[in-house]
Amino acid sequence: MPEKPAGCATPSKGPIVQKKPEVNPTEIASKKEAFMEIARVGKPAPDFELTAFQGEGFKNIRLSDHKGKWIVVCFYPGDFTFV
Amino acid sequence: MEFLAISTNSHFSHKIWQEVELSKMVEGGVPFPLLADAGGRVGQLYGVYDEQSGVDIRGRFLIDPDFNIRAMEVMTTEVGRNVVELLRQVKAFQHVVKTGEVTPAGWQPGKKTLKPSPALAGKVWMEWKPEEAFD
Repeated sequence: MPEKPAGCATPSKGPIVQKKPEVNPTEIASKKEAFMEIARVGKPAPDFELTAFQGEGFKNIRLSDHKGKWIVVCFYPGDFTFV
Repeated sequence: MEFLAISTNSHFSHKIWQEVELSKMVEGGVPFPLLADAGGRVGQLYGVYDEQSGVDIRGRFLIDPDFNIRAMEVMTTEVGRNVVELLRQVKAFQHVVKTGEVTPAGWQPGKKTLKPSPALAGKVWMEWKPEEAFD
């Protein structure tokens, strides 16, 4: 993936979600909200694209680019935290 | 195997952390990407975003080659992870996918697995003892 120039804001897509299909057009609430998947074991991993720092540069990484491999995703509370 | 680390910090912050601290723990810095989840939107998707503190708490998700989540561990921020246990789970799931066998509690590579069948139902006690979970 080509290295991104270090702009002040780097556009990444964040969560990649599918719009909820409109089953009943009278249900206004279902029209408004995008369908947010929640991670559960045994279910497909919610996809996303985020800007990353790796090696010497910045690049956008999409989770589904690694489909076909075992993937570990680790969330952590913040840079410079203690444990 | 791919490893991705995510926090709500910016990619600029990730760069500085790698430079001033991580590179002193691991020569050349950590070999995996540090992803920036601004606003915790992806953390919300994975159920690890804490609105009160505004950060993604400690959460770990193991995803198989078919893109299904196989295991997860979510903790509050004070206790660090057990990397040995993560690696054990990876090996166990890889074994299960490859062989169709199942791994009893505390399984490690080389230890006994079970082959589910109608004949085994009610007879696991003959094949496996709880003490083996602690070997």
